[in-house]
Amino acid sequence: MHTIDHAELADVFNKDEARVDWHDETLWWIRQKRDKAVNQLPEWELLRETASKIKENVLSNLAGYLEEFEGNAQKNGIIVHWAADAKEHNQIVLNLLKGKGINKMVKSKSMLTEECHLNEHLEHNGIEVIDSDLGERIVQLAKEPPSHIVLPCIHKKKEEIGDLFHEYLGTPAGNADPQFLTETARQHLREVFLTRRAALTGVNFAVAETGEFVVCTNEGNADMGAHLSEIHIASMGMEKLIPKRENLGVFLRLLTRSATGQPITTYSSHFSKPRSGTEIHVIIVDNGRSQQLGRPDFRNSLKCIRCGSCMNTCPVYRRSGGHSYHNAIAGPIGAILAPNLDMEKYADLPFASTLCGSCSNVCPVKIDIHQQLYKWRQVIVQKGYAATGKKAAMKMMSLTLASPTAYHLGGKAGRFVMKYAPIAVNNKLNPWYKQRDMPEPPKESFGEWYTKNRKA
Amino acid sequence: MSTARERILNAVRANQPASTPLPEIIIPASEIDLSTKFTETLNNIGGKVIAVNNYADILNYLEEATATRLLNISSIPELQQLRTLDHIPRMPHSLQDTELAIIKAKFGVAENGAVWITEDLLDQRVLPFICQHLMVVLDASSIVANMHQAYEKIGMESYGYGAFIAGPSKTADIEQSLVLGAHGSRSMTIFLINA
Ligand code: SF4
Repeated sequence: MHTIDHAELADVFNKDEARVDWHDETLWWIRQKRDKAVNQLPEWELLRETASKIKENVLSNLAGYLEEFEGNAQKNGIIVHWAADAKEHNQIVLNLLKGKGINKMVKSKSMLTEECHLNEHLEHNGIEVIDSDLGERIVQLAKEPPSHIVLPCIHKKKEEIGDLFHEYLGTPAGNADPQFLTETARQHLREVFLTRRAALTGVNFAVAETGEFVVCTNEGNADMGAHLSEIHIASMGMEKLIPKRENLGVFLRLLTRSATGQPITTYSSHFSKPRSGTEIHVIIVDNGRSQQLGRPDFRNSLKCIRCGSCMNTCPVYRRSGGHSYHNAIAGPIGAILAPNLDMEKYADLPFASTLCGSCSNVCPVKIDIHQQLYKWRQVIVQKGYAATGKKAAMKMMSLTLASPTAYHLGGKAGRFVMKYAPIAVNNKLNPWYKQRDMPEPPKESFGEWYTKNRKA
Repeated sequence: MSTARERILNAVRANQPASTPLPEIIIPASEIDLSTKFTETLNNIGGKVIAVNNYADILNYLEEATATRLLNISSIPELQQLRTLDHIPRMPHSLQDTELAIIKAKFGVAENGAVWITEDLLDQRVLPFICQHLMVVLDASSIVANMHQAYEKIGMESYGYGAFIAGPSKTADIEQSLVLGAHGSRSMTIFLINA
């Protein structure tokens, strides 16, 4: 069976070079905003280290914290559900809605529901779901998945959004003014918030010691949905737990500075008890997380707080687009989470990286992302899932790195080939050179330069 | 058959690594002038700060505001005379035409311009979100430097709902152009009382 892989999907994205440049520059601009925010905090590295250690403690005592959270949430009047996989999660949501005779729901951002394909499941069962985050609403109208976990429609031009709004929301043709389009969405979604009896939100953090959970948004859509509905369902990956309320201080300082360079999201809402006459349900979802917890090389990926900064900084993500990862979560972190769920289907993703390490450098919880990508490559090759092209490239790479002679010869041969026969390099065996202009080969290598110059 | 809960907890127990300690949070706060930093930060994120000395100043400032369609003032006895809604709404939906809401915050955070609000300060949880414009009364002396101090202040306080609110609702989802007034309030003004 042939599954479409990252390289092929990246080819599609790379056909429009101007758009690739624009995508690349936009994300880099966000990365720079992150840097500016981070540089204002002399304690940044201490914060990252503390966050990473807190998450380590969480992962090493996860069962206990889950029970503690459940108990405290129940004391607060929250109803707690457990879902072993996506199917169970979707079924729980459906049953809750059906039990109340509800057939329309408003949803705020939740990457977990993307991972579980909740919208499709509910729609098959006659329930309408409207995504209320502006970026998610836009991709929903376009019938596309989000291409980024924080910036769902970062791949879309405003003219395309104007066209979508013209078609679905009746705005004048050709109007692509962000202010005008946002105002239109505000009016349209206000009507939705006021008429929905059920709201679903994600969970950014859940506190074991208090049984509360925190949802962060800039738009205020999670709150509009939750405070106007009679049932609030919060879907939560089980790694979202933190031990204590005071730990929130660490994570809220890191999250948005890493994501967009803001000092905090506009709203950080703490849900502890339902309003009188209404219900809050929390669904704790495993869906492969306990399995990832059992992989010593990859368990750190569960520390992720979904800030998206590893995507913004990734040279491959920036130039291949989120959809090329064919997974709910794109980018470097998506590439280490996905193979855990289906190694064959996502065998290509750990190869969609230059291993430059930029992701690990920006990660606010210090996940060794690029090292995990490298380790996945080895697992995938060993299990026989690697595509032929990548296998050959990998072999070549480990061969050259293992032998200094081969490294020097390989370099020389490579420079020769690039100079005289660039077509030969631009073939299927070299996945990273497709659709890219070959760089000007240096006349001499560092090794040759060094030998010549150290005597001088 | 075992429940999902048992299956999940068993799998987690089998797979979680040896326990590591929970670190203490020892992160020093920078020496800053709290009111100045708070004002600066809030301005940067689209909010506005009006320095006042007392509630009389606020009433003066709001003289024209009473002409607006619907004004909701939650739990601030000193400003109740401005309130145009004569009852506490039973349904949150009935607040949908609120033009301006004025609420009190428990404290502010200098590093990010956020104010901490709990449910007991609101007629309804939805109020600061559903109103077109939001004004918040804040004591300058209540401002803390950073989020660690903020949670120290909150401690183990019990609330049904609490939120940090930092500036007006915003989005940059369309080509990263910043637009204020996504789904929540279009503006946020803080009356900073320097007593
Ligand atoms: S892996 Fe790290 S950088 Fe990437 S989204 Fe998660 S927390 Fe952010």
